Amino acid sequence: MALLDVKDLSIHFGGVKAVQNVSFSIDAGIVYAVIGPNGAGKTTLFNLITGVYTPTSGEIKLDGESIGGKSPNELATRGVARTFQNLQICMNMSAIENVMVGAHLRLDRNLFKAALRFPTLKRRDAELRIEAAELMAFVGLGKYVEARADSMPYGALKRLEIARALAMKPRLIFLDEPAAGLNPKETIEVDHLVRKVADSGVTVVLVEHDMKMVMNLSDRILVLDYGKKLAEGTGEEVRKNPDVIAAYLGAHA
Amino acid sequence: MLAQFLQFLFSGVTVGATYALAALGFTLIYNASNVINFAQGEFIMLGGMLAVYFTQAGLPLPVALVLAILIPAIVGILVEKLAIEPVKGAETVTLIIITIGTSLVLRGLVQVWLGKGTHSLPAFSGDEPIQILGATLLPQSLWVLGVTALVVVALWYFFNRTLQGKAMLATSFNRVAAELVGINTSWVLFMSFAMSAALGALGGILVTPITLTSYDVGIMLGLKGFVAAVVGGLGNGLGAVLGGLLVGILEAMGAGYISSSYKDAIPFVLILLILFFMPRGLFGGKSTDRV
Amino acid sequence: MKKNAYFGLYIVMAILLVLPFVLPNSFYLDLAIRMAINAIIVLGLNLLIGFAGQISLGHAGFLGIGAYASAVLPTHFGWHPLLAMVAGAVVTGLLAGLVARPIFKLKGHYLAMATLGLGIIINIALRNEAAWTGGPDGMPVPAMGLFGFELTSDKYWYWVIALLLSVSVWASLNLIDSPFGRALRALHGSEVASQVVGVDVVRYKVAIFVLSAVFASLMGSVTAHYVGFVTPNLADFFHSIELVTMVVIGGMASVYGSLVGAVLLTALPQALATFEGWETVAFGAILMVCMIFMPKGLVPTLAAKFGKGD
Repeated sequence: MALLDVKDLSIHFGGVKAVQNVSFSIDAGIVYAVIGPNGAGKTTLFNLITGVYTPTSGEIKLDGESIGGKSPNELATRGVARTFQNLQICMNMSAIENVMVGAHLRLDRNLFKAALRFPTLKRRDAELRIEAAELMAFVGLGKYVEARADSMPYGALKRLEIARALAMKPRLIFLDEPAAGLNPKETIEVDHLVRKVADSGVTVVLVEHDMKMVMNLSDRILVLDYGKKLAEGTGEEVRKNPDVIAAYLGAHA
Repeated sequence: MLAQFLQFLFSGVTVGATYALAALGFTLIYNASNVINFAQGEFIMLGGMLAVYFTQAGLPLPVALVLAILIPAIVGILVEKLAIEPVKGAETVTLIIITIGTSLVLRGLVQVWLGKGTHSLPAFSGDEPIQILGATLLPQSLWVLGVTALVVVALWYFFNRTLQGKAMLATSFNRVAAELVGINTSWVLFMSFAMSAALGALGGILVTPITLTSYDVGIMLGLKGFVAAVVGGLGNGLGAVLGGLLVGILEAMGAGYISSSYKDAIPFVLILLILFFMPRGLFGGKSTDRV
Repeated sequence: MKKNAYFGLYIVMAILLVLPFVLPNSFYLDLAIRMAINAIIVLGLNLLIGFAGQISLGHAGFLGIGAYASAVLPTHFGWHPLLAMVAGAVVTGLLAGLVARPIFKLKGHYLAMATLGLGIIINIALRNEAAWTGGPDGMPVPAMGLFGFELTSDKYWYWVIALLLSVSVWASLNLIDSPFGRALRALHGSEVASQVVGVDVVRYKVAIFVLSAVFASLMGSVTAHYVGFVTPNLADFFHSIELVTMVVIGGMASVYGSLVGAVLLTALPQALATFEGWETVAFGAILMVCMIFMPKGLVPTLAAKFGKGD
């Protein structure tokens, strides 16, 4: 059974049909990319699956369980993590705390135990701090372990979000344009990082505009245009698909 | 029975008109800048207190009244320039605290300058009460209602028929878009503060012959005006007016029929109920951004 | 947690230990006690305003509930003061939870309005129900007692409150650097991010609101027993604003800032005692200047200037 199964998913915002009858499924362990021209509905699709929006119709199933319309924090309990195109970093906290927050659900969140500094809680927190530092090293942010989030450059913050998502020990991670706003060198680094994440066993769903990166990394690709599914398949299949070519290059192709 | 009901209705509508003007003030500023101006009540207070001050200083009534509206308008502009503009884009909590601070400063200054006494203004056209179906209506009430109605019509005309008014409306819907078409949104911002202060001051003046004024009337009047704005739907001008009248009437009815000592609590119970059950207010104000 | 995070606490405790022997007379001792009481209230309020980024403009109302529970229940119903204090805290907690849940689904200024309204309603009720509460003139409060030992002397109160303050600072420091505390701060930093990692945003906001309300209620009871008398002024709007001012000036999201704010603004009314109007102006001016030029408050701003902010 596929890890994520989407059937006939649609969302309408008033008269705008942002996503129309999209169906696809994602097997565990692969890297799945969602591409399409601007405005195709890629981020909307992400928002639908990660609980930010509620579908107008259609089904989303995670491991057989229907998750359409569940809130983001409920989805977090089911092992779904995501990063944001426009960064959602807590600038009022340090870098490592941002990562530690990712482990929120895995810890004892009882406030009385916290206020009274129960030894088990303290120990777990110390262990978490070490784990968070390791995660930061994993994503290449080792030198920022002591830094405040608001002192870090944009590219580093993008990776911090990935570290935070990984701290959730997710099954499925949605990366919304991880390379957006990065220079070529940083883009290559992100490419390697996504590969590392996928190799560690997490299923990766990726929205990206950088075609080289997409072709490099993805096992399968979904192409969206005007909210509808245009094509789906391996990189080779999608690259040769005449509808896809037309959509990207316009009717002149 | 009827007489009593009418009595409460009259007093409710009269004070409701003041709340309506205050609520319009809140709405203007909220629409232009998303700021809830907790100092709105102090503009109401300034109107009444300044009118008293100028008439006692010997100025003829019309002059005193004009000054009592103009000066708060200027104060409103000062508040906008000194307190709001420097922190544009700050968090809601920050802005709320700043406007609360402003209200304290204004109130404190008036307390120091004019003392804690209660004052009145002579009614504009005499105190001879009018008898209607067994209830008495003060002539001043007619002034309050009449002027408020005129103001509401004038504002409607301003916002719907004049270019400046439409510019302000446009800014309230989409600030960036308004700037892109060349509307000077800074001007809109300080106009909204000036108008809002003037509206509040006017309300304060009109109602002083009936309910008197002192340095601390602003708190309750302002807060109840805000309740009225929320009841009507924050951001909705018609809602503000109707909300004001409704709050005034409910307050008077509650005080008359249920308990007069809890009169001041009624608008706040009302706002809690509205926030629980109908947060967008009666006329659906701006969306409330569900989490 | 960094080793020196408790360092400030040790300094505070040292000051508390030395203070009674250094202060010239009982007037200053009383002032110190009031400062400490306010500090504890402000700590709780700061968790809500500074750390979680929410607001409460009616917190004095919760103080009032606690204070009057400690006055009314023993006086009219014969309850033991300790039980009355707990009852006050429970009622406050329930009320806060009831109001908070629907409100926290709305935008920030609606919470301001709701808390404001609640505080005013409580204040009016306290003023009106003279048969129970003594009305605007207030009523006396029976002494707090434990196993027959009655707490009346100022000196004893000082040590009790110093202990409470130390525990409160310790608990707050622990709380902030814990999963719960991080969730709160994340909520303030980015609600979206906190949701996505699994924080049930509404539940957390309600929890911290209830917690800070209960803190206030308990300290209201303490105040009532210490002063021996309660009046509705304890629960009025200006007092709520004073508390918010203490949070703001000392430093939102700063534990030690809460202490500084409480100390400064408990002393201020004393200094301006004869200039009532100026006191209002001063509070207003402080709020404005602080929020415009030093939005983080005294302690964090100074800390950032003189060292690595943490």
